[in-house]
Amino acid sequence: MRLLNLLKIAFKAIVLNKTRTLLTMLGIIIGVASVIAMLAIGEGSKESIRTTISSMGSNMITVRPGADDRGPARGSGGNVQTLTLDNYEVLKQQATLLSYITPVVNGGGQVINGSNNWPSSIYGVNPEYLNIKVVDLQSGSMFTDAEVQSAAKVAVIGQTVVDNVFPDGQDPVGQMIRFNNIPFKVIGVLEVKGENTFGQDQDDIVLAPYTTVQKRILAIDYLNQVMASAVSEDEAPDAVTQVTQILRAQHKLMDNEDDDFTVRSMEELISTFSSTSEMLTILLVAVASISLLIGGIGIMNIMYVSVKERTKEIGLRMAVGGKGSDILMQFLIEAILISITGGILGVILGLGSTVFIEKFLNWPTSVALYSIIISFAVCAVTGIFFGWYPARKASALDPITALRYE
Amino acid sequence: MTKEIIKIENLKREFTMGAETVHALRGISFTINEGEFVTIMGSSGSGKSTLLNILGCLDQPTSGTYEIDGVKMKDLSRNQLATIRNEKIGFIFQSYNLLARTSALENVELPLFYNSMVSADERRNRALKALKMVGLEERMDHTPSQLSGGQQQRVAIARSLVNNPVMILADEATGNLDTRTAYEIMSIFQELNEQGITIVFVTHEPDIASFSKRTIVLKDGSIIQDYNNQKVQSASVELAKLPVEDNSL
Repeated sequence: MRLLNLLKIAFKAIVLNKTRTLLTMLGIIIGVASVIAMLAIGEGSKESIRTTISSMGSNMITVRPGADDRGPARGSGGNVQTLTLDNYEVLKQQATLLSYITPVVNGGGQVINGSNNWPSSIYGVNPEYLNIKVVDLQSGSMFTDAEVQSAAKVAVIGQTVVDNVFPDGQDPVGQMIRFNNIPFKVIGVLEVKGENTFGQDQDDIVLAPYTTVQKRILAIDYLNQVMASAVSEDEAPDAVTQVTQILRAQHKLMDNEDDDFTVRSMEELISTFSSTSEMLTILLVAVASISLLIGGIGIMNIMYVSVKERTKEIGLRMAVGGKGSDILMQFLIEAILISITGGILGVILGLGSTVFIEKFLNWPTSVALYSIIISFAVCAVTGIFFGWYPARKASALDPITALRYE
Repeated sequence: MTKEIIKIENLKREFTMGAETVHALRGISFTINEGEFVTIMGSSGSGKSTLLNILGCLDQPTSGTYEIDGVKMKDLSRNQLATIRNEKIGFIFQSYNLLARTSALENVELPLFYNSMVSADERRNRALKALKMVGLEERMDHTPSQLSGGQQQRVAIARSLVNNPVMILADEATGNLDTRTAYEIMSIFQELNEQGITIVFVTHEPDIASFSKRTIVLKDGSIIQDYNNQKVQSASVELAKLPVEDNSL
């Protein structure tokens, strides 16, 4: 009952000073809205990075030959031949934390079909490649292990290659193409994956058995990389360690020698990108929080002026029976009402601007519930914190002095 | 046997100003019974304001006892004094002290907001009744700026009545008003007094004192006179005698 009365009194005071209240709220509104919008942008970009990377196979692990540091001149990682089929066989047998594994040899060349030709890349892999990359076929079928064994001249091609060498819209499955003058029979077409995070066209690709690519096209007996996938995303870091240990043993490296290969998991990539965007988010939120703080100081400022301005009113309220605690509560409730109303409007504005950013600027956003809760809580606390001092001052006034104040 | 509303015994109030001690009240005693209309007179510096603050429970005496309605005020806490002010005293000020941009009705309701025993409906009903007593029920929605000085003071009187106090304490309540309006206000006080409400009226104008039943005169912190008026004038009669004002001004 008493609280309800005080609430009514405080509400009345707010309504009587509409413009001033609104201006005071503006600080809080902008503060809360920007915290929510900034967090939404940060969360959104983090999430979009995660989805793009996940679509490339989130538990994928790649092994590349490392720079050879045994000679006087260091070569780049791609040119060394330290990764061999033996390594792949051993990993396949021993690495228990891997579910799929494929050797990879790749090279560039010209895809030719009659009068049409297109520069593309050929990847020599085994059938497990599809599982690792989490990609399916839109038509035809993948080559089999038997075809890998026999180094069959069969290929699965991506949509970009189809568009460029089969411009007439005919079904490429069953047709013959040539890659660097080696004829391949197209047996399947990969589903469209589009560009990856780094702007690379993932459909501009020709897949063939690694044996065929090694012997017929590149004429090499080493591997460019080994791709594998961990049994689960959580196991990926352990799988990386396991692969490293197996390969170090295989390469007979001493404890004091560096790895002559590099093992990377997507998890690392994700965390690298996430931490970058997280830093950015923290920065944005820090800036937004400052505006929230300034909003709070605005409340204190206005409440302070309000107490001074209404000294006589406070004296009167005390004379007709208002206790110190009543006066304290009245001003505190006023401050809290201002900040909470500002908070609600801020949340609405924040959500609105998030939708705007998503729709018109095409930035990925994701509103996290915690950002709403946090900014709202901060706002309520701001109200209490910054409202307390002026309210306390008002309640400690001497009624006689307050009544005579001009 | 009439009931004692106010009982003061050997009341002293001293202020320490640096090394000096100022004796604002030098031991005064009086009692006021229920239904009395008392004016407290005195020039400035006579201790009038100090006495008023103590009577209004806004200040505590240095020594001596003060009882309202049989309750000793000494050693009550700030909060307890606030409750006494809320339940037993109706305040009227020289400068009305109404809340700006707030309707007359809400101004009258104000003391009841601090009494959690009174429901919203009862608050409104009592405020309406009080406004009716001062003849302003027609203007309950007007804000102070839409009311004349006399009307504002009538709202203030209604506000002092709304909590059914044991006494009304008026501090120079007619000080800001012209003679005609002052007499109007005094006639309202006389009416209220006739209905049995105890009124303590602080003033320095002798003609205002002539409307009360009893006058206490203070000088330098002591009572120099305390007498019952033999011939109480009727404010409404005096009002009729005043020359009619030129309303075109």
